[in-house]
Amino acid sequence: MQRTTIVQFPGSNRDRDMIAAITKISGNAPSLAWHTDTSLPDSDLVIIPGGFSHGDYLRSGAIAARAPVMKAVAEAAAKGVRVLGVCNGFQTLTEAGLLPGALMRNNRLTFVCKEVKLSVANNKNPFTEGYGLDEVIRCPVAHHDGNYFADTETLTQIENNGQVAFRYAEGTNPNGSINDIAGIFNEAGNVLGMMPHPENLIEPAHGGIDGRRLFQGALNLLETETA
Amino acid sequence: MTVNNTVPITPDLISSHGINEEEYAHILELTGREPTFTELGIWSAMWNEHCSYKSSKKWLKTLPTDGPRVVYGPGENAGVVDIGDDDVVVFKMESHNHPSFIEPYQGAATGVGGILRDVFTMGARPIAAMNALRFGEPDHPKTRHLVSGVVSGVGGYGNSFGVPTVGGEVNFHPRYNGNILVNAFAAGLAKRDAIYISKAEGVGLPVVYLGAKTGRDGVGGATMASAEFDDSIDEKRPTVQVGDPFTEKCLLEACLELMASGAVIAIQDMGAAGLTCSAVEMGAKGDLGIRLNLDDVPVREENMTAYEMMLSESQERMLMVLRPEKEDEAKQIFNKWDLDFAIVGETTDDLRFSIHHQGEEVANLPIKELGDEAPEYDRPWVEPGTHSPQEPHLFAPPHDYNIALLKLIGSPDLSSRRWVWEQYDTLIQGNSLQLPGGDAGVVRVEGHPSKALAFSSDVTPRYVEADPFEGGKQAVAECYRNLIATGAEPLAATDNLNFGNPEKPEIMGQLVAAIRGIGEACSALSMPIVSGNVSLYNETNGEAILPTPTIGGVGLIEEQERMTRIGSAETGDAVFLIGTEGTHLARSIYQREILGEETGPAPVVDLLMEKARGEFVLAAIRSDYASSCHDISDGGLAVALAEMCMASGTGMDCTIDITYPHAALFGEDQARYVMTVKEEWADMFAANCEGAGVSFARIGTVGGNNLIINDLIDISVEEVKTVHESWFPDFMGQTALAEAAE
Repeated sequence: MQRTTIVQFPGSNRDRDMIAAITKISGNAPSLAWHTDTSLPDSDLVIIPGGFSHGDYLRSGAIAARAPVMKAVAEAAAKGVRVLGVCNGFQTLTEAGLLPGALMRNNRLTFVCKEVKLSVANNKNPFTEGYGLDEVIRCPVAHHDGNYFADTETLTQIENNGQVAFRYAEGTNPNGSINDIAGIFNEAGNVLGMMPHPENLIEPAHGGIDGRRLFQGALNLLETETA
Repeated sequence: MTVNNTVPITPDLISSHGINEEEYAHILELTGREPTFTELGIWSAMWNEHCSYKSSKKWLKTLPTDGPRVVYGPGENAGVVDIGDDDVVVFKMESHNHPSFIEPYQGAATGVGGILRDVFTMGARPIAAMNALRFGEPDHPKTRHLVSGVVSGVGGYGNSFGVPTVGGEVNFHPRYNGNILVNAFAAGLAKRDAIYISKAEGVGLPVVYLGAKTGRDGVGGATMASAEFDDSIDEKRPTVQVGDPFTEKCLLEACLELMASGAVIAIQDMGAAGLTCSAVEMGAKGDLGIRLNLDDVPVREENMTAYEMMLSESQERMLMVLRPEKEDEAKQIFNKWDLDFAIVGETTDDLRFSIHHQGEEVANLPIKELGDEAPEYDRPWVEPGTHSPQEPHLFAPPHDYNIALLKLIGSPDLSSRRWVWEQYDTLIQGNSLQLPGGDAGVVRVEGHPSKALAFSSDVTPRYVEADPFEGGKQAVAECYRNLIATGAEPLAATDNLNFGNPEKPEIMGQLVAAIRGIGEACSALSMPIVSGNVSLYNETNGEAILPTPTIGGVGLIEEQERMTRIGSAETGDAVFLIGTEGTHLARSIYQREILGEETGPAPVVDLLMEKARGEFVLAAIRSDYASSCHDISDGGLAVALAEMCMASGTGMDCTIDITYPHAALFGEDQARYVMTVKEEWADMFAANCEGAGVSFARIGTVGGNNLIINDLIDISVEEVKTVHESWFPDFMGQTALAEAAE
C-alpha cells in the first residue's frame, strides 16, 4: 500500500479536495501533517495542497516555506520520496528552494478560475507516465499568482533537463507563465510543482477524469487499474 | 486621543446617533436616568434601522416563515432547512451596500465575510456562495472602478476562505449610480442535531471572545447603513471595516473543532454593532444578564474607549459561552489556530447588560429591553400607482430580428458574466456540479451518494419599480423557476430587501407592496422565507435606487444523475415551449435596448400557473424526460433559445406559431420554460403535457450551427457567442489591462 501524507498550513483550503481525491483514487485516507510538525509520517507521497497559507499576505507560500514541517518535507524529498505541490503548494516549494523559479502575479492581475488545456511535456516520470507525451489534457486552474518565471540560465537548464512536466496548450495560458510552463519537476524528478488542480478533475461529477492518472502514477496504481 | 465616558449628552449628540426625540424619551425611561456616552452608543447601535428593522418589522412579520422542512426560520444568524438524512442546509443573504460604495474592495470583501460567519456560527461548513451585484449605468465615471473593486473584493475574500461562488447576478441601471448594491449569499451544510444558536444558558458561565483583535474600524457602521448619502460620502471611508479572510478561515476551523468537542453552549458572531449586538443577543434570548469587562478584550489599538470597543465592527470575531470544564480543550484549539481569545465576562441572573472598563461601570442597561423594546414603526405609506396593460401592437417591431437579438444578447444586462465569475473560485471543495452561467448553481451534498443542492438569486428591479407587488411576486417566481430548471425541488428562500428612504411614503409603499407580493408568492410556491436582511436608505441626494428585493432560493436535487443543464441538449432533440406565446413587452429588455424606453406595467405572475407548470417540469425532469431545460426570463423566448444554443454549442431550427413576432420572441411573460426532449420521447412527452393540462408547443429541433426561428432569425451560434462574450471584457478594458501588465 502506498502511504500519502497531506501537509496542512493555516489557510490551506484545497486540503479537503486533496484528501477526497487521494481517498477516492487509492481507497485509503491520507495521513495529515500540521505545519508545526517536525517530522512526517512514513510516506511514499507527500502533498502540499492549494490555499492561501498564512493568508499569503506576503509573497504566496513565503511563510509556509519557512514552517518547521518544510524541513521534514525537504529531508523526505532528498531521500527520494515523491513530493507534489499544487497551486499554493507549488508556490511553497519554489519559496522553499525545492523547485527552481518563482510564481508571480497573473499577467491580468486578477484571480483566474477556469478550465485550461495542458500538454504533457515529459512523461518519463511516475507523476506523468499515465499520459502520452504531448497528450493534451483538461485541467482547471484557480489562482492569483501563477505566472511562472525563471531567469534565462535556470530556464535553459530546466528545459534541457526535461524538467517541464506540463505546459498550457492551445492558447490557454491563463497567467503569462514563461514558455507556457504549468508544472515542473526538480532535477531528480521526484518533486513536482504545478499550478493547475488535477484533484478537481478526478470523477465524472467533476465533468472529467483527466486529473486521475497523475495520482495513479504517483501512487503506482496505473497497472492495477489498466489490468 | 480618545473620547472618555464623561462626554455630555446634548441634543446634537443624540441626533448624530440617529436617535429622534421620541426614541430618546423612551431611552430615558428604560435607562431610568440620563444614559452615559457609552450607553447612548449602545442604544443607538441596537435601535438603528440596520439592527432593529424598526421600519420593516411590521411587514416582515406577514411573510410565511414556516414549513415542514424549516428547522429555524428568521431570528437566528441564518435559516436552517431540513434536506433529509439528518442533514440541514443553513443559509442567508445580506447586504453590504453602503460600505461597498464607499470602499468597493473592502466593502464587498467584508460583506462576504459577514455572511460566511453567519453560516458557520450555526455550526455549518459553508459550501456555496452567491453575489447579487447592482451597479450604476456603464458609462457613469464611477462604475468601472466599482465593478472592478467589488468583484475583486468578493473573490479576494471567498477564494481565500475557500468557498465556491456558484451563482449570482450583475445588473446595471442609472438608478444605482449613487448607491450600488452588494448582496452576499452563503449556504452551509450541517447535521440537524449539531446546530448552534445564540441563546445563552446557565448563570456564572464564562463569556469568551475569539478571533481577531478589536480596533476602531467600523465604529458606527450600522448607524451609517441607516442613513442616506449626500456629497460628503467620501468622509465616511473610515467607517468601512477591513477584511481578513485568513483569520476567518482559521476561525471557521476553530469553531467547528470547538463545537465538535462539545464545549460550546452558545455562540454569536460579531457583525453589525459588534460586541454590543452579539452580547445582547446571547443574553436577551437566554433570559440572562451579561457582564463584560472590557479590560480583557484583545485590542489592536491603544487607548480605546469603552464606547469604541462596544461599537467597533472589526471583522472575524466571535463571542461564545463555553462549558467551564472544557476550558483546556478549548484553549488547545484556539492556540492551534493561533487566534486571540479571552474570557471577557460572564452570564448573570440580573438581566442587566453591565460593562466595566478601567475599574468603572460605564454602562448598566436592561438587556431584554435593548433587544426587544426597539421602536417599531408603522410608517405612512401610499399604495403604488398602477399602469394600464399595453398590447404588443403598441410597441414597434425591430427592423431586423437578427440584429435585435444580437443587440439584446450583447447588452449590459444580458451579456455573459464570465469576466466576473472567472475571478471567483467556482470549483473549490470539488463538489460544484453546475457553475455560474446556467439557471442555478448546483453543489452536491458531500457524503451523500445522490443528493445535490441548487442555488439561485433573483429579482427584476425594473418590474418592482413598475409594480412592487407583481415585482415582488416575480422575484420569487423567477427564483423558483431557476431551481426547477435544474431539476431541484424549491425548498425555501432568503430575502434581501433593498429600498430607499422608508420615511418617504412612496418608498414605504414600495416596501409594503413588495413584501406582500413576496409573501403571496412564497406561500403559493411553498418557499418559506427562513432568513433575510433589510437595507433601507439607499438614496443619494434624494434619489432612491430601483426597489430591489433580492430573493436567494435553495432547492434539493434528489438524484444528481437526473439533473438538467441549460446546455446539455443533443442534435436531434425536440424543443418544447412550456407555456404560451409571449405578449408582454412593457418593461422588457427589448423595450429598453431596442426602443429606448422603460415604461408600462410589469408582467403579471399567475402563481397557480407558475406552480402547475413548475411541478410539471420538475416531474418531467425527475422522470428523465428532459435532455436540457431553461427558464424564460429577461429577453424572452429568443434570448432563452440563444442561451441554450450558446451553452450546448449547437443550433436549433424552430418554427413557431406567432401572432406578434416581436412579442413572441422577446416578450417577458412569466411561468415559461424551454425543454428539450429526445426525439423518440417527443410524442409521449407532448401527450403528457396535454394530459396534465399544461400549455405547450413543440417549436423545433436541436441541430446545425445556426439558431433559426421562422423566417425571422437565422444566425450562427458562434456569432451569437462572440457578441455575448465580448461586452463585459470590452467594457472593463481587459485587453488594455493585460497589455499594460506585459
